[in-house]
Amino acid sequence: MPGTGLTIFDRIWARHRILENVAGEALLYVDQHFLNETSFICFQELERLGRTVRRPKQSFLAMDHTVPTHHREAGIPNAENREAIEYLDRFARKTGMAYIGVDDPRQGIGHIVASEIGLTLPGILIAGDDSHTTTNGAMGALSLGIGLSEVTHVLATQALWQAPYRKLRVTFSGSMALAVDAKDLVLELIHRIGAAGAIGHFVEFAGAAVSALSMAQRMTICNMAVEAGARAAIIAPDETTFAYLKGRPLAPQGKDWDVAVTEWRALRTDEEAVFDREVEIPASEVAPTVTWGTSPQDAIRVDGRIPDPKDAGSAQESARAEAALHYMGLAPGMRVTDIAIDQVFIGSCTNGRLEDLRAAAAIARNGRAVVPAIVVPGSQEVKREAESEGLHLVFRAAGFEWREPGCSMCLGMNGDLVEGGKRCASTTNRNFMGRQGKGARTHLMGPAMAAAAALTGRISDVRTLLERA
Amino acid sequence: MEPFLRIEGIAVPFDRANVDTDQIIPARFIMKPRQFDYSKVLFHDLRNGPAAEPGFTLDRPEYRGAKILVTAENFACGSAREQAVYALQDTGIRALVGPSFGGIFYTNCIKNGILPAIVDATVVSALCAALLRSPGSVLAVDLPQQTIATNDGKWFPFRIGEGDKAQLMGGWDDITRTLEHEQAILAHERATAATATWTRPSFDEAIGLRRPIPFAKARDER
Ligand code: SF4
Repeated sequence: MPGTGLTIFDRIWARHRILENVAGEALLYVDQHFLNETSFICFQELERLGRTVRRPKQSFLAMDHTVPTHHREAGIPNAENREAIEYLDRFARKTGMAYIGVDDPRQGIGHIVASEIGLTLPGILIAGDDSHTTTNGAMGALSLGIGLSEVTHVLATQALWQAPYRKLRVTFSGSMALAVDAKDLVLELIHRIGAAGAIGHFVEFAGAAVSALSMAQRMTICNMAVEAGARAAIIAPDETTFAYLKGRPLAPQGKDWDVAVTEWRALRTDEEAVFDREVEIPASEVAPTVTWGTSPQDAIRVDGRIPDPKDAGSAQESARAEAALHYMGLAPGMRVTDIAIDQVFIGSCTNGRLEDLRAAAAIARNGRAVVPAIVVPGSQEVKREAESEGLHLVFRAAGFEWREPGCSMCLGMNGDLVEGGKRCASTTNRNFMGRQGKGARTHLMGPAMAAAAALTGRISDVRTLLERA
Repeated sequence: MEPFLRIEGIAVPFDRANVDTDQIIPARFIMKPRQFDYSKVLFHDLRNGPAAEPGFTLDRPEYRGAKILVTAENFACGSAREQAVYALQDTGIRALVGPSFGGIFYTNCIKNGILPAIVDATVVSALCAALLRSPGSVLAVDLPQQTIATNDGKWFPFRIGEGDKAQLMGGWDDITRTLEHEQAILAHERATAATATWTRPSFDEAIGLRRPIPFAKARDER
């Protein structure tokens, strides 16, 4: 429908609006509800309230946050984690929820599994017990991260109250330079608008550089939109999306597929639509990027130098930057490529997909890791595909460890931790203090850059490594 | 849930930007039942161990029993973990005052009867300056009036969504209230099913339920 001035959000929102209250909040229908082990309190609460799961088939429970990534045969060592998993396993079987358990051949990080099995489709509304539920916006779904109270509410009602939203469009124009990754685009965005820059906003990613991205790269960008505070992120579905979804087990099949694609093509933002805010970043301005501090906004070009906290915009920001440098054990003016690292983590829902592993392996092929490095595929499916291409052999030959899928060192709940004071080059999404372990120092970067760091033992410009190769 | 109208209590100046929920409660503490006293782990790693911050604000005696936290931009960003709210709640915090909050955290507060009051950054500076001048002093937060008053008679307005305000003041049980609209939810489900132009395979047929987990009797961690 041209000429109506609607955004893609307005279209999906309207389709899911059950009613509105006097305060202008909408009760939205939730098509798919994503859950993980950390949701167990909600199930206990539901039982305490004497309520049931209203739509078990629309409740997708995947085990990812706490599962071990090696020696699985020995079981789940941590008692709290194990008890929660056992409790949820019983609960899922009893209620008939859509369930991917620990030993399921499709086990993996929920957001990654959901895209692989075709659970995430354009135009649907997803609510998930995880802030990175934004990842699923890459397929054109309206996908909202929620907390435990809301999860309990969705379990009982299959609906979610949402206040009106503001709209931000981020346009990555032009095209990316060689060796620049989607991770670099999104780190640059967070750096420019700040970790609070998109609070309260639904964010649409658009522009030539976004259209040119693969689905895996789109997921990386939508995944990290929440690090700028976004409530949701979306990319309008296009031919890349349809090609990705076609044939997935839960995608519509046969005639239904054609009907669905016709409908999905209409899921876009009208030219006349007005956003509350617009940000444009020429993709050609983006270089390989890493973080130096304790917020994802502390991002800098890999060929840059650590900024001086004195130059920060405000006294408060100076103090924060100073504390961040202190925690990270770095000094202003230092060259980023002079930072020595102790270990490397490649994985997570940000960069744990096949394409990410390929990018890392392409670098790993050229040398040998001089620091401990682990590769954790995002799912069993990713692991199988990677192994069929021989990527595990590449990694092993280069001295990287090849593990079982899960969230792993992204937040260390399964015991995969970075020791206090150690410095990790990580493909994850959060460099918060203690995120990867008490006192751990995290530098966020893309998968090729992380692999390069493993080979050199310091933060390295992947472009110079490629030149040499 | 306890309705929120007006509270008066000791306020803590906590003027730091981008405090994330991993700092408020590290991930290793979130697998505990709600009955656990989460106050024990609030800002755990900033308060315990060799890397602890000496004289961490919340540990200072003048802030014992505080009910209000005055925070800077983007407080409690990051992870969705509602345990961050539990940790504040179990410590006795009833209201937070700041220019912005992590989006999911903000909603988590409302659902637990905690007020996230939004003020301009200049108000945070003014309040923190006043609180630092006389540590342990009291603020009064009035939700119906949407004001924060200092004990020397100054007051500042704060912002809050209309629906959030009503929910806090009513102390509603969300689920019961939503299920008053059961008919509307059902009607929506039926209408969507009736007008659906395509369907997808069922999860059980396409993916199926798998074997039970073989981990039932694993060793405990030492
Ligand atoms: S990989 Fe990290 S960010 Fe992603 S779901 Fe797991 S813990 Fe969350």
